This record gives sequence, structure tokens and C-alpha cells, in this order.
Amino acid sequence: MTIDSPFPTRRALLATSTAAIAAGLLPSAHAAAEDNAIRPFRVNVPEEALVDLRRRIQATRWPDKETVADGSQGAQLGQFQELVRYWGKDYDWRKLEAKLNALPQFVTTIDGVDIHFIHVRSRHKDPLPVIVTHGWPGSVVEQLKIIGPLTDPTAHGGSAEDAFDVVIPSVPGYGFSGRPTGTGWDVEHIARAWAELMKRLGYTRYVAQGGDWGTPISSAMARQSAAGLLGIHINLPATVPPEVVPSLGGAPLPPGISDKEREVIEALRKYNMAGSSAYFTMMTARPQTVGYGATDSPAGLAAWVLVHPGFAQWNYGADPGKSPTKDDVLDNITLYWLTNTATSAARLYWESGGRGSVIVAAAQKTSEISLPVAITVFPDDVYRAPETWARRAYRNLIYFNEVDKGGHFAAWEQPELFSTELRAAFRPLRKSI
Amino acid sequence: MSETSPTRRDVLASSAAAGAVSLLSGNSAAAADDNTLRPFRINVPEEALVDLRRRIAATRWPEKETVADESQGVRLATVQQLAQYWQTSHDWRKVEARLNALPQFITEIDGLDIHFIHVRSKHENALPMIVTHGWPGSVIEQLKIIDPLTNPTAHGGSAADAFHLVIPSLPGYGFSGKPTAPGWNPVSIARAWATLMQRLGYTQYVAQGGDWGNAVSEVMALQQPPGLLGIHTNMAATVPPNVSKALAFHEAPPADLSAEERNAWNQLDFFYKKGLGYAIEMNNRPQTLYGLVDSPVGLAAWMIDHDARSQEMIARVFDGKTEGLSRDDVLDNVTLYWLTNTAISSARLYWDTATNTPGGFFDARGVKIPVAVSVFPNEIYAAPRSWAEQAYPKLIHYNKLDKGTHFAAWEQPELFVAEMGAAFRSLRKPG
Repeated sequence: MTIDSPFPTRRALLATSTAAIAAGLLPSAHAAAEDNAIRPFRVNVPEEALVDLRRRIQATRWPDKETVADGSQGAQLGQFQELVRYWGKDYDWRKLEAKLNALPQFVTTIDGVDIHFIHVRSRHKDPLPVIVTHGWPGSVVEQLKIIGPLTDPTAHGGSAEDAFDVVIPSVPGYGFSGRPTGTGWDVEHIARAWAELMKRLGYTRYVAQGGDWGTPISSAMARQSAAGLLGIHINLPATVPPEVVPSLGGAPLPPGISDKEREVIEALRKYNMAGSSAYFTMMTARPQTVGYGATDSPAGLAAWVLVHPGFAQWNYGADPGKSPTKDDVLDNITLYWLTNTATSAARLYWESGGRGSVIVAAAQKTSEISLPVAITVFPDDVYRAPETWARRAYRNLIYFNEVDKGGHFAAWEQPELFSTELRAAFRPLRKSI
Repeated sequence: MSETSPTRRDVLASSAAAGAVSLLSGNSAAAADDNTLRPFRINVPEEALVDLRRRIAATRWPEKETVADESQGVRLATVQQLAQYWQTSHDWRKVEARLNALPQFITEIDGLDIHFIHVRSKHENALPMIVTHGWPGSVIEQLKIIDPLTNPTAHGGSAADAFHLVIPSLPGYGFSGKPTAPGWNPVSIARAWATLMQRLGYTQYVAQGGDWGNAVSEVMALQQPPGLLGIHTNMAATVPPNVSKALAFHEAPPADLSAEERNAWNQLDFFYKKGLGYAIEMNNRPQTLYGLVDSPVGLAAWMIDHDARSQEMIARVFDGKTEGLSRDDVLDNVTLYWLTNTAISSARLYWDTATNTPGGFFDARGVKIPVAVSVFPNEIYAAPRSWAEQAYPKLIHYNKLDKGTHFAAWEQPELFVAEMGAAFRSLRKPG
């Protein structure tokens, strides 16, 4: 019985990469200290791993077709098989690898775990540093399209005064970050690690941004009042007020609800009734059990990623002009596959999912945030947070805007709009620099 | 797509042709065209077994869990021990031979093939009983009880306690057909079971089950088909409405619970908070579980992670300890799911039920006919007598056993058989 896989382990893969280029591009003296070293990083997946992946995809054993004519039972066999076949034949990982390697990437060890991050500095004067955090089932792949607009705004219809330095880390257990071997890497711990990362990069004044798990992580940074953190922008805010929570489970609406709020509650009820958060419950309860099939079966992994409601409206890349494309989504899934992080990524739910709904203000302790908070509501996200609730949840709300397009993976789906939002949201905080 | 792996249709085709009609309990229903009872034998092509072993050998593993217990799911060491044994020592042909030594049939009900084992007792006044498995079970769970129940005198029992046994595979499970449209839930399955018993010519019978088998048996009891005298359950649904509501909304337990009720509350509270993930997933997105169909270890881990107590027991088994289930028992059942490619079709029973029927799985349903209850201590919850009395106004038997988990018939066949004798004695015709 082969317990060790026949192809290179993730460790070997990282080793190949870290040795590839010499130190350089480091922004600060912190890198000199042994423990705080910031090591350049390049991705170089052995061909063997790609061959093995394609071989496994070819050998996929399929279930029968779903018994309904929609996605209510999960990824529909017909279109899903087409995607997986494309993955096994025509998809090219090397393109993503080249895109990543064209960016300055680094690894630094924080609290014993290697943290991988992309770090792109703007050439403009006084850029605002922002740390952008992905969620599940995402990765740094989600953020690639905003790097240009944020760091080089003049090339993207913006002005030099809106420039950002961007830091885009991989969450512990995700992508090229290390996989924790012990417990405790919850959103609070990750938030502290991010503050340490920004400190190591020499940033004394910066902002944080996130959707999905990136929201609780950025919010935890704000609750902790991380040194130098000026404010946060979030696109999955926790705004549901206490008196509304029971009505999401079917209880009557509380009195004094506006039409807009009623609409949001009804949409959330529908979302709950449709079982949209079943994956959340399972990963919170049993990440290891979810992991076996998703680690051993490419199709199993892909279907589990696509179960996220953020993909509910995704049309499998039928419109090649619409982001994320088929290749974008497969880039992200292949990253999970090659780094063997299906289980370690799911464990973030086990660590942090038990504290309650990510959209409920009390569960996310929003009242403990005194730093400035900016919110953009993308209409096709899990819910359209009403401004009334947002103002109650975040006492220092400096920016609130509901835009007219985009969903859960806002930076991925609408990179230009997303970048415009970040510029507008953080403009007031730049004055204090 | 694996071209080397025989499809389920091949497996069934080679099987259905194997035996001639025989052993049918004399009845006229079998004569009618649609109601035919076709003998059934299993004959899995060697190729499918080779393919399975090859896949197990090629397993790509996740890293170890970050805790020292089962709280993140089935532990890596357990699944690796299981995979090792599965690949090198487990012999599917043994359980295939055991199954083929029994009279097995297929009959079509409401457009779907229903597979069942049918063993008649030689004793004249045997009581017919339909025994229904659940998830992640199959007819394999019931194999150990067949001889003791049909042939009690060979097992220290009395002829007066003999049963005729009908053990069907649920739709979407094992060798039954896989529904291609929604609608197969406990309500339609209960009706199908009544039809099956009628086709077999049984005019007076009882029903038994745990897990989904309990849901199906209780719904049969609600439907009261002609001839159903009573039911026995080893996973009674007795939770009173106020307790069910408090559990669902994570409220405090009602203040007036007895110690026994409080114990049940604690077990249910744990299950609802920590143990229900797999069921919620299958209630909502069964088709997402592509990994279970493509990965043997993915399937095995998902199946073993049913409830905390049985999972711990199975983990001990693969660690070399002796328990009520053997390594072969566990892998016979997982392999049946694998070879029939039924991981998703079986999970769909959750979806079909959640979509179409209200009420919690353990909520008292209002059964009016006689009910017998056996409580095995390491079941998801131990139904207190007080709740059983409220749930079942005609409670004819209630007994607490001192050992056993969720898989009572499989794990504690002797206790289970003794319970069947005691449970139904009062429903048998004298003499």
C-alpha cells in the first residue's frame, strides 16, 4: 500500500521553489533578523504532478445524473463533466504559474507557519498599503486582477493619489502558505499574524480589505486595533441585527422593518431554505472527513469548491468575456489540488465556524470595532446588507455603497469596479498619512 | 471516465440472468406481469475488484488532523489502517457468497427495481417481518440476524418466536434501482414496502428498522397498510415538540426534564451541534459528493463518520481491537456502496426527505398502532421510557440494553434477536 504519494510532496515543491531565486526586493531591515526573514518565492510545480492530475481526471468514476433539472442537488453532472474533461485535456496550469511568478512573491515564517504572500509596491508617491485577504474556496488567484488597478491606477483610469501598495497573503492552510499542524489558527490568530506581516514589511500605516473569510480576518484586525491599521474595507459585512436573527429561521418579522430590510430577510430565508450553507456546517463539523475525497479525487475537489453559493450564478465560463473565466476557476481549483490543501483549508471552518454566522453582527462582535469601516455591497453576494443595519453594526462607518453588479468574489468578478470602490472607500483615510 | 470499471448495469445484468425462478412464497401476485419477482444473484466482475484495489493503492492522502481525537472527523491513521486492510486482506467474494447463499429477488414497484432478501422459516406460524436498513447501511447489516430469527431452534430459541424475513434494499441503495426523479422518500418507500409484502402474499406482518429504517417503519405505521400489526424500532423517534424546538433553536433545555430525559437531551444537543454536518450536506447537496464516487477512501471516511460512538467503535476495530463489528463487516458494506456506485443515490434519500417532508428526524410522529422499542445505549440518543410512552400510546415493549451502538442488528445480533422475540410475542396469534 502506498501511503506516500508517488509524486513530489508539497514540501519538495516548496523547496524547489524557494531555492530558485536569490534574496532581493526586500523592503526593510526586518528581513535581516533570522526568524523574521522574508524569503523570495517562486512557484515551480514538477511536471509529474501535472501528469498525475491529468491521469486522475481521465480515470474519474462518475455518479449518475442528478434527479432534478437545476443545481439544487449540487453541481449538475452534464456541465460539470464538461468542465472536468476540459481540465484534464486543455487547461494549462503553466499560464497561471507564469502569472504568479511575474509578481514578487515571498514567504515568511510567523508563529511557526510559513506565510506566502504577493507584495507589489506602487511606483507612485505615498501609496496606501493594503493587505487583501481571500476566503474559501478562494486564494490569491482571486486577487490577481486588482493588482494592476490598485498599484498602477494611472494606467487604469485612476489618479496617482489613489495608489496602493498591495500585500496579498495566502491564509494559513491555503495555497502556498504552510499548513498548521496544531490547533489555534482561527481568524483572531490570523489577524495577529497579518499585523506582524505588515510590521515586518515596514508598514506603519495601512488598511485591510477582505470578503468571505477575509471579512472576519480584517474585522479581527480592527477589533484588535492592530498597530498602524487605519481602517478596513469589507465586502461581506456582518450586519444582521439581533432582533432579526430569529426571523431568518422562520420566526415572524420584528416590528419596524423597512421594505428594503424585508427584502433582504426574505432573500436570506430563501438562501437558508435552499441549503446554501450546508458546506459550511459540514466543514465546521468535520473538515478531515470532507478532506479524504477532495484530496484523492480531482472531480471531488472541484465539485466541493463549486458548491459554494458564490458560484451559484457561475455559468461554467460559457461567456469567455465574463470573469471568472473557466480557466480562472480551474486555476484556483488546481492551486488547491497541487498544494494538497483541501483539508487544511476546510479546517479554518473548524477553527472559526463555530462562533456563529458570519453575517450576524453579534456573532462577529462588530460592536467591538472602533476603527473606521468601509463597506461595498455587491448585489449578487450572499446578501445585500442594508445601510440601516450596517450603520448599527459598525459605529464608525466611513463609507457605504451598494454597486450595481458583482457577487461574492467581487475582486475576481469586477476587478475595475472593486478597485474603484477601494479608492473611494479609503480616500478619507489617506489624508491622515 | 474509467472504461475499465464495469458499470452498475453490467453488474446487475450478469446477476439477473443467473438463477431460475424458485423459492417464492406461494402467491398469485407474482403471476401478474408488472408484479414479477425475479430471482437475483450477485456476480461482480473481477475487473471491478481489481480497479478498486488499484484506486486504493493510488490514494492521495491529506495531512494528519491537528487534534488528538475524532473531533475533526475520521482520523488519518484510522483511514490508512482501513485502506491497508481493504487493499490487501478484504475479500469481497466472501460476502458475495453469503448473499448468494440467501434467496434474493428483484421486483419492480412504481417503476423502480427493489432488491430484497426473502428467507422463510420452516416453522408454520412464523411471523413475517420486513426489516429496513438505513444510511450508511445496507442489507449487509442484517445478515447475522437472518438465521437466528428464521431458525430459532438452532440458536437456543423457541419455534414460537420464528420469523419469515423480508430485507429490502432502499431505493438508491445496494442492488435496488436508483431513482431518476425526485419523490422517493419515507412516505413512498413505506407504500412500496406494503406493496412488496402484499406481493409476497403476507396478510399479517410486522416491520422493523433503525435509522432510515425507523423512519420508513414509522411512516408505514402511520399509513396503516392492511396486515401491518405493529413495528419495532431501535432508533425510536420520541422527542416531544417542546424539546425538539428548544434543540433546534439552541435554547436551554426545559426545566422539568428527568435525569434520563436530560441524558437524552445531552446526546441530542451534541448531535445537533457537532454531529449533523454530514446529514445537512446530504439533505441539501448530495450531487456535490463526486469525491465519494471517485475515491474509495473518500467514500469509506464519509460512511464511517456517521455518529461519534459508532465511529469510535469502528476506529478501535481498525486499530486491532475486537468489537461487535469486524473489519470485514465494515468493508463488506463500504465495498457494496462502491461496487454499486450508490454513494450519491443513497445520499439523495436525505435530499428527497428534507425537500418533501416536514419535521425532525427524531420528532414523535404520532404512531397509533403497537410499537416496540429497544434502546441501545450508544445510539445517537437513548430514548427515555417517558418519551416513548408519550410518542407511542400503544407501547408494547420497551427495553434498554447494556451495549450496542447505532448498528444494533449488525453489532449485537444476539441481543437484537432476543429483543425481536420479546417485542412481538404479544402480537402473534396464540397457538
